[in-house]
Amino acid sequence: MKLKNIAGLLGAAVVAGGMLASGAASAQEKIGFVYVGPIGDHGWTYRHDIGRLAVEKAFGDKVKTTYVESVKEGADSERVIRKMAADGHKVIFTTSFGFMNPTVKVAKQFPKSMFEHATGYKRVDNVSTYAARFYEGRYVIGKIAGKMTKTNVIGYVGSFPIPEVVRGINATTLAARSVNPDVQVKVAWVNTWYDPGKEGDAAKALIDQGADIILQHTDSPAPLQVAESRGVWGVGQASDMSKFAAKAQLTAIIDNWDKYYVDRVKAALDGTWKSEDTWGGLDSKMVEIAPYNDAIPADVVALAEEAHKGIIDGSIKPFAGPIKAQDGTVKVKEGEALDDGALLGMDWYVEGVQGKLPKGN
Amino acid sequence: MLRIEKRPEPAKSMVYLTPVLALFLTVASSTILFSVLGVSPIEALDNFFVEPVKDAYGVSELLVKATPLILCAIGLSVGFRANVWNIGAEGQLTMGAIFGGGVFIYLYDVDSVFLLPLMIVMGAVGGALWGAIPAFFKTKFNANEILTSLMLVYVALLLLSLLVHGPWRDPDGFNFPESRTFSQSATMPILWEGTRLHFGWILALLAALGAWLMLAKTLVGFQVKVIGAAPLAGSYAGFSQKKIIWFSLLLAGGLAGIAGVSEVSGPIGQILPSISPGYGFTAIIVAFLGRLHPVGIILAGILMALTYLGGETAQINLGLPIAVTGVFQGMVLFFLLACDVLVNYRFRFKSYGKAVS
Repeated sequence: MKLKNIAGLLGAAVVAGGMLASGAASAQEKIGFVYVGPIGDHGWTYRHDIGRLAVEKAFGDKVKTTYVESVKEGADSERVIRKMAADGHKVIFTTSFGFMNPTVKVAKQFPKSMFEHATGYKRVDNVSTYAARFYEGRYVIGKIAGKMTKTNVIGYVGSFPIPEVVRGINATTLAARSVNPDVQVKVAWVNTWYDPGKEGDAAKALIDQGADIILQHTDSPAPLQVAESRGVWGVGQASDMSKFAAKAQLTAIIDNWDKYYVDRVKAALDGTWKSEDTWGGLDSKMVEIAPYNDAIPADVVALAEEAHKGIIDGSIKPFAGPIKAQDGTVKVKEGEALDDGALLGMDWYVEGVQGKLPKGN
Repeated sequence: MLRIEKRPEPAKSMVYLTPVLALFLTVASSTILFSVLGVSPIEALDNFFVEPVKDAYGVSELLVKATPLILCAIGLSVGFRANVWNIGAEGQLTMGAIFGGGVFIYLYDVDSVFLLPLMIVMGAVGGALWGAIPAFFKTKFNANEILTSLMLVYVALLLLSLLVHGPWRDPDGFNFPESRTFSQSATMPILWEGTRLHFGWILALLAALGAWLMLAKTLVGFQVKVIGAAPLAGSYAGFSQKKIIWFSLLLAGGLAGIAGVSEVSGPIGQILPSISPGYGFTAIIVAFLGRLHPVGIILAGILMALTYLGGETAQINLGLPIAVTGVFQGMVLFFLLACDVLVNYRFRFKSYGKAVS
């Protein structure tokens, strides 16, 4: 009997607590962010957090944003996403490819929450996907890199050999070789998004192999810092990293999620949110190019700006033929261009990239 | 003058007193930490220790998180008792996931009740094989197992990456580095409907029970303890040190391998380029936190899991950055392990002046 009473009391306490919590939640809508890296990476996660702050600024007291940083892809991410959904978050942004399956799984259990997954391809009624056409920015950077290299070797620090990263390598290579046909691109894979030690080591190895420009598709400023200390060029990733390498940074690709995040939260608050796929590029300013280094000659800046404008007005398509694959076979014929489907599954290198793309089959 | 000296006998009183002392020190110093950060210490401690397990689902998640830690730590603890310093459980776990998960990759269209048992067995085999390599080099060439087992972690992680980026990719997955998602018959049964608590938890408890029986009741368990405490006495008694090295590494590898296959066929449900956020390394702390005793390890594994869950809760509810939750976790472990010194050592105040007179 006694035990039962205690259990009843506990139960009542839990219910009361739950009511209290839900009462507090209705005043403000909670918007959650799940980050794969630390906010202080000054790259990928840092830019998503800037987007979170833009949401706070735009909606003030109407929303409360929360975040969890450095969430590991794997078993942990599902718990974090689920916890946010169970806590009554209205919109949850999961900002890494590896969060895709956990996001979809949790979304099915919590139909009232809306989920936004970055860089994935699986959508359900309450899961949207969004990504940026970084390759457009990389095409612009390729023009500069092709002109600025003296050794004709561009070093590229890659994270994982997934289509998004391969697209960037190929776009860079195509643009660089369009202004300097002798350019070769060497890729070093580090198998991580964020590990300053590994990223820096990869940059050092590439410089030792003759690279005088270091590009990166990893999230920390480490490769750029190595470029600065070794007196070669570098390009910032995800945000303007010039404060880490004032001399070495030619420019940077900037991810700008602010508008998208504000728009999506607004849609959720207005009740007009729908599951959709967004792939924004230079024209929607989801991808931006940081100010050019003063050391770049005016004619090179003009080349870059021409490519920038051309992509926005549609006159330039980075993956327009003729494109040859690494082995010299024609992959895209003159007058044709790769469509989004082919871009999304890209698993081959264009001519001019050295080394073998890690893959099986 | 303060001196630390070894106690002739481990102190019985300290065995129970040190956790209390550690708790007190943690609360005291975290009060300072959180106050400086402008967060109410009571609210912070509530978020770390109470909030995550406030409901049944939270408890189930706690056990899910503790499962691989306990499995790895049980195996490691047997080796540590015998002075076999295997710190490569992370690699053995990864090989378990590769061997066990690999069974599904090649038999993905098989719908049979024997599929999962086969995967678990192969997971244990994979982990044990990875443990056998340091055992071979240790017994044959006296190569330091700390180095060999650690280096093999990186080999295993890269092998996993190679497979997932290559032949094991989901054929319908746009070339992304992920395997097919596991079918129902390749997935650990859920113990509690609506949660992620899976059969791996039972395996972890069985491993703890088995290790306790082995250490307490069997000859090999006795040999492990004797060789660890007094290697010379062990060899005088005719116990083979080599045999114990093989035994410890195969056992630890096998259990870590089961942890690996439990993760991929449990909460993850597919093979990813990274499947463990360092369980194999954290398990070293869990083993010592649990004083190398199976029951202690279960408790330590749960405590460790709680600090992770609490860290996430504190981030969501209080907006604390992950660095602060990391400092707090470090403080908990530091005080627990530092106070444990008091079980075997004591402080002596000694005045040299008096000794002379």
